[in-house]
Formats: sequence, C-alpha cells, structure tokens
Amino acid sequence: MSSFVDHLRRPVVAVTGMGVVTSLGVGKHDNWAKLIAGQSGIRRIGRFPLDHLNTTIAGLVDFLPASSRGPSALTGELAHLAAREALEESGFSGGDFGGPLFLAAPPVELDWRQRFELHADGPAELAGGARLLAEAERRNTESIWRSGSFFAIADDLAEEIGARGLPVTLSTACASGATAIQLAVEAIRRGDSDRALAVGADGSATAEALIRFSLLSALSTNNAAPEKASKPFSRDRDGFILAEGAAALVLESLEAATARGATILGVIAGCGEKADDFHRTRSKPDGSPAIAAIRAALADAGLGEDAIDYVNAHGTSTPENDKMEHLSLSTVFGERMKTIPVSSNKSMIGHTLSAAGAIEAVFSLMTMRESVLPPTINHDNPDPAIDLDVVPNVARKARVSAVLSNSFGFGGQNACLVMTREPR
Amino acid sequence: MEDNRVVITGIGVVSALGVGVDAHLAALAAPPESPPVDRNRFAPYCVHPLPEIDWSLQIPKRGDQRQMETWQRLGTFTAGLALQDAGLKDNESLCATMDMIVAAGGGERDTEVDNLILAESLNRNDREVLLNEKLSTDLRPTLFLAQLSNLLAGNISIVHKVTGSSRTFMGEEAAGISAVEYAASRIRAGQSTHALVGGAYNAEHVDMLLNYAAGGYLHRGVVAPVWNRAASDGGGVVTGSGAAFLVLESEAHARERGAPALAILGPVVSGRARRRRDDLAAMLISMARRAAIREGDLTISGASGALEATKAESAALASICPVRAFSTLTGHMKEAQFPFAIALAALAVAHGVTPPSFGSPLESAMHSPPARALATTIGLRHGEGMVMVEKP
Repeated sequence: MSSFVDHLRRPVVAVTGMGVVTSLGVGKHDNWAKLIAGQSGIRRIGRFPLDHLNTTIAGLVDFLPASSRGPSALTGELAHLAAREALEESGFSGGDFGGPLFLAAPPVELDWRQRFELHADGPAELAGGARLLAEAERRNTESIWRSGSFFAIADDLAEEIGARGLPVTLSTACASGATAIQLAVEAIRRGDSDRALAVGADGSATAEALIRFSLLSALSTNNAAPEKASKPFSRDRDGFILAEGAAALVLESLEAATARGATILGVIAGCGEKADDFHRTRSKPDGSPAIAAIRAALADAGLGEDAIDYVNAHGTSTPENDKMEHLSLSTVFGERMKTIPVSSNKSMIGHTLSAAGAIEAVFSLMTMRESVLPPTINHDNPDPAIDLDVVPNVARKARVSAVLSNSFGFGGQNACLVMTREPR
Repeated sequence: MEDNRVVITGIGVVSALGVGVDAHLAALAAPPESPPVDRNRFAPYCVHPLPEIDWSLQIPKRGDQRQMETWQRLGTFTAGLALQDAGLKDNESLCATMDMIVAAGGGERDTEVDNLILAESLNRNDREVLLNEKLSTDLRPTLFLAQLSNLLAGNISIVHKVTGSSRTFMGEEAAGISAVEYAASRIRAGQSTHALVGGAYNAEHVDMLLNYAAGGYLHRGVVAPVWNRAASDGGGVVTGSGAAFLVLESEAHARERGAPALAILGPVVSGRARRRRDDLAAMLISMARRAAIREGDLTISGASGALEATKAESAALASICPVRAFSTLTGHMKEAQFPFAIALAALAVAHGVTPPSFGSPLESAMHSPPARALATTIGLRHGEGMVMVEKP
C-alpha cells in the first residue's frame, strides 16, 4: 500500500481524469493512436487568406463549430471539450465538481472581423479608434465585450462544471499549461481542496498571431511539405509550427481518489520553475534557468536524476530551443542523457502555445500507462551537435515509471513537471 | 501544514495622484478636490492620466525602456519602487529566490497601424488580404512582446532580477484578486517565503477603453465620486492609469532579514458571484464578515463606479464602517485595482492616517486613525475580493 503523503509529508497528487484535443482530433484515444502512428496534424492553412505570409502552414483545430468564430470562442470550446472528457473519466461530470479551476489561456483581444464591422457601421464623421469606440458603445453587445474579456472563458467553464471559488486564468506563455497543473498541485498540497481541474487551451491561431511570430523569425517556413515541417532536434529545423489544442487534467489527492475508488492514471510528483532574466525571447546561453527548473522539479518530486526514464521534450523545432534544451538536459543528466529517450510531441501536433504544457502532460501520462514512447517524427537529418535518443520516426515500446516534461517560453518562463506511473 | 503570518514589507504605487508612497500618503490625508483628469484625449470619456515619471530611476537602461509599452514600463517601474521600499532592490540572492505573480491584461496595440488598416478597409473588399499585407509590413517585430500579458513579469525579471518564479494571472479585476490570494496562500502554507505581487494598467489607450465601451461601462461628463454616478451619464466607470506592487513575506522571513512589517495581510476572501441571480450585496456582507470586519475599521474600497456593482457594495459595506473609494481620485485600474486597494489600506494603517471623505456624503467621517482596514475590489462584471490589512 502506497503512502498518501510524499517525501515532504504533503498529500500525493494523483490524476484521475484526462481530456485532450489537438489538430489530430478530439479525445485522448484518437489522439494517442495517431501520435504513436507518427501522424502529423500540420496542414496548409485554410482559415484565412495566405497572401503576403511567409508561413502558410499550421496545426489548426479546424473541425469544431467554433473554429471559424475567433480566438475567444474557439479557445472556449477547446477548453470545454477537454474538460468534459477529463471530468467524465474521473466521474465528476455531474456539474458539481467542487474544486478550483486553473485555466491556461492565450491573451485575447477584439478580433479583426469585429474591428472591421464596428468601423464599417460607425459614425462616418469619426475615424479609427474613436469610431470603433462610438460604435461599440452604441451596440453594447455581449459578444464584443466577451471577446476582449480574459475572464469570460474560465467564468463559463467554472459555471458549467460547478468549480469552487474564483477561477484563475493564467499565462506563462508557452509554459502556461504546466503552470496551470502546478497551481492545481499546490492547491491540493495546501489542503485548499481535495481536487482541482487544470486546463490548457489555445485557439488563437489568427493571421495576426502568425504574422507576429513570423516577424520574430520564430516560425518554420517549410511550407511545401507541411507534415514534414516540424522537425525537433534535426539539423535543418527552422522554427516552430503554430498550433491549437487543449488538454484538461483532474487532479486529486491520492487519499480522496482512493477513498472513492477512482482509477489512478498517474501521479504529478513534482513541479519546478525558474525565471530567466537574460532576454525577452532568448534564453541565458548557459541554460542555467532551464537547468534550475528541471532540478527544482526533481527535488520537489524527491527523485534523483537516475529515476527519470523518459523526457517529454519542449522540443519546439526552433534552432535556439532545441539546442538549449539539449544543453540543459545534458547538464542535469550527464552521460546518461545519451540513453534516456526524449521525444517531442510537437513534431506531430506543432506548438500549441498556452495548451502545450497540459497536452504534453496528458501524453506523458499516457506514455507511462501504455508503455509506448511516441516518436519524434521527421527526424531524417539529425543535428550532430545534439546527441540524444529522440525516438526517431517510429514509436517504441518501453516500460516507463517516471517522466520529465519540459515547458519553456518567451519572457523567461521555465516550468517542468515530473510525473510517475504509480504512487510511491 | 504551516500557518505562517503574511506581512507586507514593501509598497510601490503610481497613479494620477503621483509617484510613490509619499504622494499617496499625502493624498489619503488630504485628498485633492479636483484630481488630475484628462477630458479631451478620449472625449466624451475622461481618464485619469499618469503623472510625470522619470522612468530611468527604476529602469536605468534606455534599451529596456524601449522594449516595453507603457503598461509594462509602468509595472516594471512600480515593481522597482516596491522592491526598494522593502529594502530588496539589488539584493541579488533574495530576488533570485523571490516568487512573482503579476496581474496583467492585454498589451497595447499599435494604434497608428490599426487606424491605417481601418481607413483602408473602407476601400477594399478583400479585408483579410489587406490585413496580411499591412500587418506584415507595418508592425514593429518587437511590438508583439510589448503586447504579451506575461511580458510585464518577463521585464521585471530582466530589469530587477526577480527570478524565483514568474506567473501571470489574467482576467480583469479577478486577476489582481487571485494574484494576491495565491501569493499569500503560498507563503501562509510554507510554499514560498517572499513574493512580489501586483499589476499595472495604462488607461490612456483606445483599446483599453474599447472593451469598456462595448460593455456599456463608461461614464460621460463631469466626474463625480464613484458612489454618486447616474445612469443618465453612462455606465459609471472612469478609468485611470496606475500600478501597485507589494512585497509579501512570511513574518519569520521578514524578521530574519531585519525588515520591518508595514502591515499584516489577512487571508484573501474571493468569490465568483452569479450576478444575474445572486444577491450581490448579501454576498459582499458575508465576505466582509469572513474577512473579519468590525466596527472601527476603515474600508478602502476599489469600487469602480460600475453602476450595479457599486450600488451593491455601497449597500453592503457603507453601513458597517467608514468607506473610502479611491477610484474617485485615481480612476479604475482594472487588474491593478486590488493590489492598489491593499497598498492604500496598508499605508493608512501603517502611518495612522485618518482619511477624510473623498467627496461623497456616503463616506462617513472617521474620528481616529484605523488599526485595521478592509481592502475591497468588486469587478465590473465578475470577481469579488476582500482582505483585511492590520497594523502589526
């Protein structure tokens, strides 16, 4: 019988429900099957015109009713879908969840269609912003208010699931999903609640978002072969693929989950974070903040470096990230890093930004449950400077009892999670 | 589980009332009869503008200043004030272990580019193509970073070297409430020893007004105290530029490093009322009781002027003890509102200020300096928060 408290006498935090949506599809079973088959969800963009764009491919979720209704609506639908799947699995789908909600979501703003519409209908004697203002006030419509409200998505979701208290909407850029999980873990460890729901959702792939990332030279321009464009740890990697998706995890104290007879899908054993003060988009050349975040997660889990048998990489496929991630992992794990399998889900689903940390946590837990390592696809041209076992191109059977999942983001955000298959 | 007392050891504040603690103490003791208001730039709406700020006092590198839009510069500046007040500025080791939660909204768009696109859109049928064309050629690459919500925290890490952790909460007023609630809960439970928490808001931007206008929240015409704004003048809200950051520590951590506690921060009481069906006033009374309000306390209210929420707050709290609503003087600061309310409450109890009414008959007289002050923020549409601040 495992203990209900961890090495620091804190409640052990178990996962009892998971849901996921990516460009590969809805639901974790469909996603998992495609992931281990090495399928790519990256396509040529059909949502908006591609004139003047350097990048014309993305991992969009284009099969939902809200897919064409703007970032706020799509992010909301993604969050709801993932949450519903997770709650159903955990047995809390009755609308009375009763625990806090932590939602990682992209910053939203009034989208261009609404701006054009307001401007077209606004008073002709005014121009620009003043005209938008006048028309926005005249209309006083809920939809315009909502698409600029950061709280609205969490508010709706909290209402639907019966979450307790004031929901938290957060952003730590590309680490947001991991931070949502960390906040939920901390709440359970504090004894604030027996359970919490962590959700990461991102449906913000608009033309403007694509252009903004393009202007920072962050995106792949390998437009000719969309499915081959995301190639983490390859020599010819040339940027990440903008993508959408969501994941939700029901986290629960092991004691409460056991008492109600819930199926334990895995354990969030440790969380670590460290901010980087070097640059707004680049990480410190010595990798020290990422290294510190990984070590903090291991220490929080009470595990040594030797306990990790698989790394779910941040692996964005940008020249900078993959080099820095390799440096950080090699520093922490030493020579053994050459033999620890490390793969990047982003080779197939692209970079789901605010959702990435949560989606990759779900896939990490499934990796342990299914005893299959998802591959890093498009690994035809390995980077000789990156000596890693990236599980190239083909999934591999392996028994995994502990996973490290990395998330690194603009603004110096570094968050790492250590997950285990079983309570210890 | 530990149960540490949480103390405030540093305060940074900026608003139309001025820069820093002294300017705000002075305004608490003797509120200006006509606080600074800009009536022209966004007419028919007013905004309370930023005071003059010498950015280089807290952000020495020009390059850093250029990388930020106003809200980030304002937040980074004010975070520096708080660190300085706590005696932690340039303390590398304590900043490197300091946790941070920033309450942030969206950043600032490039109005010039946006207006150009809007003007051109009247002559084009292919608006989406126009958008691609203009955005890819006219947007400054670094503007994106000045818009990302988490880049205020990112800039604080870069300029002030606060790197223990960095989390950004979003969600209007609720972001500020949760930011303080979680930073303090972590310290109380022993998950953190010291934290920087706060937010910044630049009201002087058309995009910031746009959402308020869409929700019908903006007040027009003469600025009256928040409690006394009429529906005939619009939605009751006048926004203001401002920021507040607090350094929170466990009492033991502050004592160990010899830092005086300015005030004790109680547990944050937060809520998500269903405004359409719940009795908001009754909920606020119950929250104030849970925050342990009692006779003789002062309430530093973050009431925004938004008609329904402000009416409920006045019905709930004004009869319990004297209330002072600072937005009458500063304007509403959205994400920064709750940290700002706490900052003023802490200043009032720490310095024994007995604030006179801020111009409304609802704000009854106080006869002696408060030892305790309740800080409140009731969101325009959602999110409610309160916390008791006590003299140590």
